[in-house]
Amino acid sequence: MTGATESHDTIDFEGWVCPVPLRDTPFIVMGHGGGGAMSAELIEHLFLPAYGAAATADLGDCAVLSVGGSTLAFSTDSFVVKPMFFPGGSIGDLAVNGTVNDLAMSGATPLFMSTAFILQEGTSVGELGRIAQRMGAAALAAGVRLVTGDTKVVDHGSGDGVYINTAGIGVIADGVNINAYRAQVGDAVLISGDVGVHGIAVMSCREGLEFGTAVESDTAPLHGLVAAMIATGTDLHVLRDPTRGGVSASLNEIARASGVGIELVEQDIPVPETVRDACALLGLDPLQVANEGKLVAIVPGEAADLVLQAMQAHPLGRSACRIGTCVPDHAGMVVAKTGMGGTRVVDLPLGEQLPRIC
Amino acid sequence: MKYLDEFSNPDLAKKLLDQIHAATTQSWALMEVCGGQTHSIIRHGIDQLLPEGVEMIHGPGCPVCVTPLEIIDKALAIAALDNVILCSFGDMLRVPGSTQDLFMIKSGGGDVRVVYSPLDALNIARQNPDKEVVFFGIGFETTAPANAMTVYQAKRLSIKNFSMLVSHVLVPPAMAAIMESPTCRVQGFLAAGHVCSVMGTSEYPPLAQRYRVPIVVTGFEPLDILEGIRKTVIQLEEGRYELENAYPRAVQAEGNIAAMTMLREVFEVTDRTWRGIGMIPQSGWRLSDRYLDLDAERRFDVADIHTDESTLCRSGEVLQGLIKPHECAAFGTQCTPRKPLGATMVSSEGACAAYYAYRRLDVVDAR
Amino acid sequence: MCLAIPGRVVSIADIDDALMAEVDFGTVRKQVCMHYIPDVKVGEYVVVHVGFAIQRLDEESARETLADFRKLGILEDELGDGFTRAARQAGIDQGTGR
Repeated sequence: MTGATESHDTIDFEGWVCPVPLRDTPFIVMGHGGGGAMSAELIEHLFLPAYGAAATADLGDCAVLSVGGSTLAFSTDSFVVKPMFFPGGSIGDLAVNGTVNDLAMSGATPLFMSTAFILQEGTSVGELGRIAQRMGAAALAAGVRLVTGDTKVVDHGSGDGVYINTAGIGVIADGVNINAYRAQVGDAVLISGDVGVHGIAVMSCREGLEFGTAVESDTAPLHGLVAAMIATGTDLHVLRDPTRGGVSASLNEIARASGVGIELVEQDIPVPETVRDACALLGLDPLQVANEGKLVAIVPGEAADLVLQAMQAHPLGRSACRIGTCVPDHAGMVVAKTGMGGTRVVDLPLGEQLPRIC
Repeated sequence: MKYLDEFSNPDLAKKLLDQIHAATTQSWALMEVCGGQTHSIIRHGIDQLLPEGVEMIHGPGCPVCVTPLEIIDKALAIAALDNVILCSFGDMLRVPGSTQDLFMIKSGGGDVRVVYSPLDALNIARQNPDKEVVFFGIGFETTAPANAMTVYQAKRLSIKNFSMLVSHVLVPPAMAAIMESPTCRVQGFLAAGHVCSVMGTSEYPPLAQRYRVPIVVTGFEPLDILEGIRKTVIQLEEGRYELENAYPRAVQAEGNIAAMTMLREVFEVTDRTWRGIGMIPQSGWRLSDRYLDLDAERRFDVADIHTDESTLCRSGEVLQGLIKPHECAAFGTQCTPRKPLGATMVSSEGACAAYYAYRRLDVVDAR
Repeated sequence: MCLAIPGRVVSIADIDDALMAEVDFGTVRKQVCMHYIPDVKVGEYVVVHVGFAIQRLDEESARETLADFRKLGILEDELGDGFTRAARQAGIDQGTGR
């Protein structure tokens, strides 16, 4: 647009979402891995065009594939968390639960998983052993088998401790169709519990930020909870585990994919005191802080109570609650009614969450 | 958290809002000076609850946004040097210089670290004696005591590998500059509460008198903001223009004497360019002569870096409430939150960035 | 600049000749430099910005402000807005009842 002041009525607001894709960053920066707008742009403007016809899906968290007579879910994820051990978990727990949850969000029962390690020369064998033990325990708890793997070592200085990639396969029962584009006007937005816990636990022990808190990561496998929700017989429309980018990123993705607006009621969102206090100290928005054991669900409005009861009966959904509704207005956007009675836009976080001073 | 939650009480907010509505008989344009206040207004949707006539003009954003392009380019040049660890507040990392931001320097191998406090940077310097550790010392008067103490400690403890790139800005000269504009629309100020926690309130009565403008020292929680607006509107309606303190729990008239003593020891007033606004005389601090050996601009060879601000950017006019952000030709095209030209687009609470994120809703609704 | 929040001083110690304190922000604790509140006492609230206490938080003043907010509008209900200011100027206290 080159017009001047009179042109504001014709500005394409939708088109702004990604102004000059990738051209403004010739290098990969941390934000490209943050799960926010920059990650999405990388997929949309680099990977999908480059893969061309070879890409058959949207490269989302989990692919749903028909093989023979079965419907399979297939997912992969890499784990680079620093520090590797944090209150309530480790990179090993995340590596298993993260992939289990990606599968579970398509309604799948996770079955098999691969584990691949990229290790930096000089990494402590004892530490690697502890990470591997946590992975074994997490897999047992989740009921998945670790069936294949790989290990590579890189020069000192070209990696940073331990990186883990896992991929997983699960099977989806007939009649289950859970997908980000299925949210409809009138659907209820549910959350399985307290938001922001994992991100705050990790930040509390990050160099330069250290603060004392009793928060522990919520890392957990969610497929059992999902199974309980499916068992209600409800047509679950969308499930998402709000990891990087938090609830805000997940709901923005859903709103855009489904072409609905989402309206949250801020006071109904369960933000534990610990997360609220840490966010106040660091200037963060709890809705943008990562979770590793929570899900958001978009379900038909009339089934909301039934699904909530099933969630609350499950150990990982005890404080599940309804936080909002899908609405016809402002399609593709998420807004929240504030405690004061106003409205604010809940935006897709741009990249990494950084503490702010103002 | 105690003393935060109580000041977000919706029932009391309603009372304050009722009072503001009852008191308002005509249109008033108020400016909240501080980006933290803008953040709170947007975050809680307070602007939507005000009487139609009460317009909030978002002030100069935050010190991160107004840090001049030239200083950012210097920081980027220093951060790119081998053997340097550049430490910064988190908000500064995303603020672009002419061609890059600190994230990109980091991706190119530069050692850039986010710290919560400048003292953390001093600790990093002690842990890395073979590296030069530079802290990017920006901020308003609120942040200056922390940066001053860090420089003071570095000198006292003889931490030779530490230096600071200083670009401090001062609020009262900026308020005066806004009022000096012949076309200025601002009729009342919510002054920045935490700036006054440090500096006290003595600088404001002369401004209120000279420009015949009410100035109300205001906090940051929803009730604080509403009380600031209420007091300002009542002054305007009654034709008064005085200094009032609506944030007495954290602001004393005399300020923090110990902090001001340290500021005088470490800093000297200087002219300062504000990004998107231009040079404002005597509106900043630099390290005083006693501490020049800790000045990163001197320690590293960056004196030759000169960068002009964008000529497209009209954030100066936005700041004065003369134009709405979308009336600038660059808005949403050459200038976006991802690639901001001026102060008001840089941080999420800048007027242009807030408009970009927020007004989308109004436009979508209007369709 | 402005992200400063109130916390309660839990303990005080001298570190490198700098007065430091453990400060409790609800459920979060952080080391904070007290150089600018040199006579701070355990139990007091301070306003903290980037790891520094920049001012005491005056608890009594906080309570007064909140009490003032609670009183707002009570007179108006009874007398209507026009009278309120006159009444306030005349020094009449609230409490005429509803």
